[in-house]
Amino acid sequence: MSDKDPALRANAPRLQLHVPEPLFRPGDTPDFSGIKVPAAGSAPRPDTSAPAVDTHPLTTNLVRVLDEQHRAVGPWDPKLDADTLRKILKDMVTVRVFDDRMYRSQRQGKTSFYMKCTGEEAIATATAAALDRDDMHFPTYRQQGLLVARGYPLASMMNQIYSNKGDPLKGRQLPIMYSDKAHGFFSISGNLGTQFPQAVGWAMAAAIKGDSRICMGWIGDGATAEGDFHSALTFAAVYNVPVILAVVNNQWAISSFSGIAGAERATFAQRAVGYGVAGLRVDGNDALAVYAAVQWSAERARTNAGPTLIEFFTYRAEGHSTSDDPSGYRPIDEAKAWPLGDPIERLKAHLLALDEWDEKRHSALTAEADATVRAAQKESEKLGILPQQGKDNVGSMFDDVYSDVPWHIAEQRDAALAEGRD
Amino acid sequence: MPTMNMIQALNDAHKVAMRADNDIVVFGEDIGFFGGVFRVTEGLQKEFGKTRVFDAPISEGGIVATAVGMAAYGIKPVIEIQFADYIYPGYDQIVSEVAKMRYRTAGEWPMPMVIRTPYGGGIFGGQTHSQSPESLFTHIAGLKVVIPSTPHDAKGLLLAAIEDPDPVIFFEPKRIYNGPFDGHHDRPVTPWTKHPASDVPEGHYTVPLGKAAVVRKGHALTVLAYGTMVHVALAAVEEQGLDAEVIDLRTLVPLDIATIKRSVEKTGRCLIAQEAPRTSGFAAELSALVQERCFYHLEAPVERVTGWDTPYPHAYEWAYFPGPKRLKRALEKVMAD
Ligand SMILES: Cc1ncc(C[n+]2csc(CCOP(=O)(O)OP(=O)(O)O)c2C)c(N)n1
Ligand SMILES: [Mg+2]
Repeated sequence: MSDKDPALRANAPRLQLHVPEPLFRPGDTPDFSGIKVPAAGSAPRPDTSAPAVDTHPLTTNLVRVLDEQHRAVGPWDPKLDADTLRKILKDMVTVRVFDDRMYRSQRQGKTSFYMKCTGEEAIATATAAALDRDDMHFPTYRQQGLLVARGYPLASMMNQIYSNKGDPLKGRQLPIMYSDKAHGFFSISGNLGTQFPQAVGWAMAAAIKGDSRICMGWIGDGATAEGDFHSALTFAAVYNVPVILAVVNNQWAISSFSGIAGAERATFAQRAVGYGVAGLRVDGNDALAVYAAVQWSAERARTNAGPTLIEFFTYRAEGHSTSDDPSGYRPIDEAKAWPLGDPIERLKAHLLALDEWDEKRHSALTAEADATVRAAQKESEKLGILPQQGKDNVGSMFDDVYSDVPWHIAEQRDAALAEGRD
Repeated sequence: MPTMNMIQALNDAHKVAMRADNDIVVFGEDIGFFGGVFRVTEGLQKEFGKTRVFDAPISEGGIVATAVGMAAYGIKPVIEIQFADYIYPGYDQIVSEVAKMRYRTAGEWPMPMVIRTPYGGGIFGGQTHSQSPESLFTHIAGLKVVIPSTPHDAKGLLLAAIEDPDPVIFFEPKRIYNGPFDGHHDRPVTPWTKHPASDVPEGHYTVPLGKAAVVRKGHALTVLAYGTMVHVALAAVEEQGLDAEVIDLRTLVPLDIATIKRSVEKTGRCLIAQEAPRTSGFAAELSALVQERCFYHLEAPVERVTGWDTPYPHAYEWAYFPGPKRLKRALEKVMAD
């Protein structure tokens, strides 16, 4: 017999199941002093063609550029001109205003559902600034900033949210599940994680065809638990794919904190180590750090030096969606205690420190964003809001199931139209 | 008797079962401290502790697979998949492992577990919060498939499912969690308190698996339905003033064929209502069974009322849903000659 005699185990300790628990629950006073926030500028910046292993110390570090005095410091400073900074600021403000208005629309019964990205605005908008306009994205539902930054019409976004006559997706998709080929924005899936390996596939195709465009896949901290996350990293590593894989770690997945996705054991960026791909952990509330990390990863991908896994460390400042009330599972003031601050305030303070901005211009920018969003909303609502939809063009719901309409669906379309006349 | 909605009844079933059996563990996404996005598991973690009631990583494949391991060990997992639309990453584990384990191990490793999941539309959830995938599971040998339509049955069926020696896929019609739905989406929602089946006995009782309920007696035709469609069908036959017998199947597999046969032989007509898409839906199976077993009693072809063969379209929810108008036409057709 090769196995040991079980009797020898008589005095073995009792096995225990560990179930992770977040630091704070409703009623607790949030205190994040335990979160290590390395000084801005302290993280080294390897060459973009460095072996993946050279980046691995960065997976437990935090790439930060903006310091406490709101200066851009250290090797990751992307040295952006003031116009670029102002463009990112404007995009962030627009996203926040847009989110607030659409959240309110949902509360007013004009649509069924909405999701904000409050506190995470820097991630998508600074990414858009760092990539080329024709690079491709496979986003989740919290990257509306990509569309805004790429100049996708706000009214079109709203038309989708209202499922109205102007909805490019013809009323078929849940609000915010945008899709737009011309803006390099792949169809958002309700099924978490699916897009992550798809992004790798797009980039594989670009490599197969000798293209120069790269691709970026997005996923939330919670959804990294899906098998698709593993597929994405495996394929990216095996074929040295020109892809950027981004985990937006906003600490929460509905009511489950990041520990339920494994964050008590390792950072999300550290997942890169086991696959042998480059990994960066980045302050997601620092627009300059986001820009720098994406720029670094893009250069790496474009020069066939390999894929990068980026963890954007941030905080979901509001509820998961309009269907969620976070006061049931976390302290209501947790967002305010978050040690990495607010991305808009931080970039604004940087521009002020550079003397490239002032309070008057900031108020004007906010007012302008507000006016732009309101104008778009007016334009969109002329085409209808959700409660008015679903009666016209009923036949259209049978289009695009297949490239043509097979007999059984044609029959069902006739039946649906007849039913509408009953 | 306490009055409960379906969520409270399901919650109560968990408590009754877990108090009686220490080996039951409950896990799934957001089901621990928070009590689930539909609140079915509210308070369970507090009462039974974190090692019996806990949040799972967002990995439906992992949730089902770890349940397989637990069942192999000998404890009983009762797991939640947050929406039936998200069960697919767990489908391989369910189809290839859960369903076949008893068979492939010659009975050595049965897989007693319950996989609960809210399903169905009518809540403007778009195509990823509205699906009715029951036929993807009724097609798999080795799985039992249960769908309650009232709080009373939800509790009794869930307790029976937990006590059953085989794996049970337990679909919860989320549209009727808070009240029965007659298909008239433009009318105010009636709460369960107005419905007699919201009287839910305290403590332990079961509604046996494999037994349908005749929820309305009649002679002119038989209507077969389950889940939300039971209430939509009941309202439709009332509105048409038909002497219809309405059968709530409650368990799809194993099916109560005797009750169906008895009824159709009496009425000679049969209409089947399901919310799921038409092609290869469970209604097709029912239609074949009725035709095979009651052919010489039939006075009209068996009729199906279903959702369309499209994804569930957000804005066109009520053009998709098999509501009163679709039922009316089908009832007229099956009663015609
Ligand atoms: C396959 C799948 N399982 C479950 C869900 C339900 N769900 C929607 S969002 C969400 C939380 C996702 O959290 P995370 O990935 O951290 O992204 P975040 O919402 O924080 O941006 C869950 C569980 C889903 N949409 N798809
Ligand atoms: Mg998250």
